[in-house]
Amino acid sequence: MITELGHFALLLAFGVAMIQMVVPLIGAAKGWPGWMAVAELAATVQFLLVAASFGALTWAFVTSDFSLSVVVANSHSMKPMIYKISGTWGNHEGSMLLWVLIVALFGAMAAWFGGQLPASLRARVLAVQASIGVAFIAFILLTSNPFSRMAVAPFDGQDLNPLLQDPGLAFHPPFLYLGYVGLSMAFSFAVAALIEGRVDAAWGRWVRPWTLAAWVFLTIGIALGSWWAYYELGWGGFWFWDPVENASFMPWLLAAALLHSAIVVEKREALKSWTILLAILAFGFSLIGTFIVRSGLLTSVHAFANDPDRGVFILAIMAFFMGGALILFTLRAGAMEAKGVFGLASRESALVVNNLLLAVSCFVVFVGTMWPLLAEMFFDRKLSVGPPFFDAAFTPFMILLGIALPIGSSMPWKRAYMGRALYPLRYAFVVAVAIGGLAWAMQTGRSLIGPVGMFLGAWVLMGVVIDLAQRTGRGPNRLRRLFRLPGADWGKATAHAGFGITMLGVAGIYAWTVEDIRVAQLDVPFEVHGYEMVLRSVDNVNGPNYVATRAIIDVAHEGEFLATLAPEKRFYPVAQMPTTEAAIHQNWKRDLYLVIGDEQDNGGWAVRTYIKVMTSWIWVGCALMALGGLFSLLDRRFRVGVSARKAKPEPVPAE
Amino acid sequence: MRYFALILMLLASPLAAVEPDEVLPDPLLEQRALDLSKGLRCPVCQSESIDESNAPISKDLRLLVRERLVEGDSDQQALDYIVARYGEFVLLKPTFGGANWILWAAGPLMLIFATIMGMLYLRGRSRAKAPQDDALSEDEADALRNILNK
Repeated sequence: MITELGHFALLLAFGVAMIQMVVPLIGAAKGWPGWMAVAELAATVQFLLVAASFGALTWAFVTSDFSLSVVVANSHSMKPMIYKISGTWGNHEGSMLLWVLIVALFGAMAAWFGGQLPASLRARVLAVQASIGVAFIAFILLTSNPFSRMAVAPFDGQDLNPLLQDPGLAFHPPFLYLGYVGLSMAFSFAVAALIEGRVDAAWGRWVRPWTLAAWVFLTIGIALGSWWAYYELGWGGFWFWDPVENASFMPWLLAAALLHSAIVVEKREALKSWTILLAILAFGFSLIGTFIVRSGLLTSVHAFANDPDRGVFILAIMAFFMGGALILFTLRAGAMEAKGVFGLASRESALVVNNLLLAVSCFVVFVGTMWPLLAEMFFDRKLSVGPPFFDAAFTPFMILLGIALPIGSSMPWKRAYMGRALYPLRYAFVVAVAIGGLAWAMQTGRSLIGPVGMFLGAWVLMGVVIDLAQRTGRGPNRLRRLFRLPGADWGKATAHAGFGITMLGVAGIYAWTVEDIRVAQLDVPFEVHGYEMVLRSVDNVNGPNYVATRAIIDVAHEGEFLATLAPEKRFYPVAQMPTTEAAIHQNWKRDLYLVIGDEQDNGGWAVRTYIKVMTSWIWVGCALMALGGLFSLLDRRFRVGVSARKAKPEPVPAE
Repeated sequence: MRYFALILMLLASPLAAVEPDEVLPDPLLEQRALDLSKGLRCPVCQSESIDESNAPISKDLRLLVRERLVEGDSDQQALDYIVARYGEFVLLKPTFGGANWILWAAGPLMLIFATIMGMLYLRGRSRAKAPQDDALSEDEADALRNILNK
């Protein structure tokens, strides 16, 4: 019964979204306030209906209702409750419903908090947002209905993929979707502005919080996934340049570019048409990501069950939204005149450089991801494009970005003097060179990645410190002034510091990882790069829905006992799948990463040890980037508009 | 959404790869073998190198790499040997040959193009005059002159 209600709510939501798409657009074109106002009510109703529908599906998972085919395919009565709930979005149908829920949520939020927007712009934004909802609800209803019933309900389900039964992964998809779909807001604002034919500083201010929020969510989502891969896949990689990873990384790069260029629109009324184009493309890449994951066009480690019909449907959605938006863009972009004038050396130019590097690096990732497909289609070559390509082709852009960041971010608006911008950074340069040199001196006969990465990370971090110091001016009370800096300044400093820290972590893990594979006998000590280890025991342990082989390994460093680590191998009988649970001892310098392998025929167990230098810095950096985005989001200027609206109610024309 | 259904991991379970009995006694040779393995794709898996994959064919390939190195092949010769048998699909780092120059040149060319476009834009901005919204139009100026000259 609840299932049918959920299905019905989704059908109703489709109808409401249709109304929300059509009526406000007509109202905005004709200037009828009543028709425009429909958008807000419709956005709220649409959200409530989709939420009800999603709730119904969650209920089916929680109660293990095996008359639903998605529940049968992705759940099991023995599974812990948290994974029953996360199982709701751990499959194609349910995750599409979550996607639509978030589209509706963003639309509703724009309706609730968009009071300061001009009525016609708000109506158009909500209409465009509704059109995205219409397309994806239709996709669910026509090709992937989560509410379809089984003819005969089985006694139990087939269990969720064991790799997904992990706290890191339970929350990875919702965050990614919040990010992907958050970009739909930027898209809606861009298209609405094109229809409206007006882009000004106010538009830049309105679109920026949405972009920031989307970027923060994407950052968290990507970091969670990468962290999960690191401890779960058993060889300690954190990024694999897999097509699906790239699918989430490309929108992230463009969103990063977009939130920087929106500052220029807001502060200086320049880069308008470029910002609009970025907003369209960023969401375009979100759609490409959806397409890649669900069509099976590109082979990936983590594709959903592939179905050509779904692929064609999403391709049609993508063609419609991208084609429509880009045509609109070519028609209207010319009318957007830049106002701000600035010198070749200026903050504006620095932000152009930032955009250029981020956009081109996104292009490189795009070409690398699509190349196997293109090569097969046009040149009849079956080839692979893997991590070595991306490491070689993508890294240089990040190096350039790292070099440019401290210089650009300390430049003043309008007109800067290179000398004056570089002068305070001389200390940063000296410190960074010293740290890079130290790294180079301490390593023996390895590549330059380590020292260069250390130099760049230190350079970026020192640049942040010097920038903050300069913002406090001179004389007394500098500390107080430091804490009174606007949220946006703290956001900038935190996010840039996070970028520097991530760079350090990536350089560390690439340059100085040590790995060791050996057969360990019980109670026979062995040494790996200064760590003395003893395999104490290997036992079989029963988990709630798996059996595990658990090893107990004592680790000592320089004669001192460090920790007892317990790496596991698990086997999930229902899904017939093994997983590894690495045991990790973490500190700020390195991760000690232990994996237990198979029992050997002639006694002993295979034990893998990885010493991964500075690995935790990668995720600390990501967390700081997200936190920086949050600080920026809390900046006072995004809230001022709200109180201004309260002071000045909108006039309602007499009928 | 990444790591969603690693269904195909059934083929290559995530239990990490290289077995202790495969390791070569000579550490230098073993290091070369490791570096080569990281650049070779497991032919039946999705995007894993033979170093990461647990599939039987990856084991065969790892052993093959080590066999070639022990027989005195250079890194390139060992790679050529394997590509000749398994096709260029196994190379995670595509070659520069043939149409692949497009792939490799795409980034640098786009950077050059974007830099030129960016420079043109910036020059335009630095030379533009700020729009004078409050300036008088021709008609207004004429009207003003008329009034003043009266």
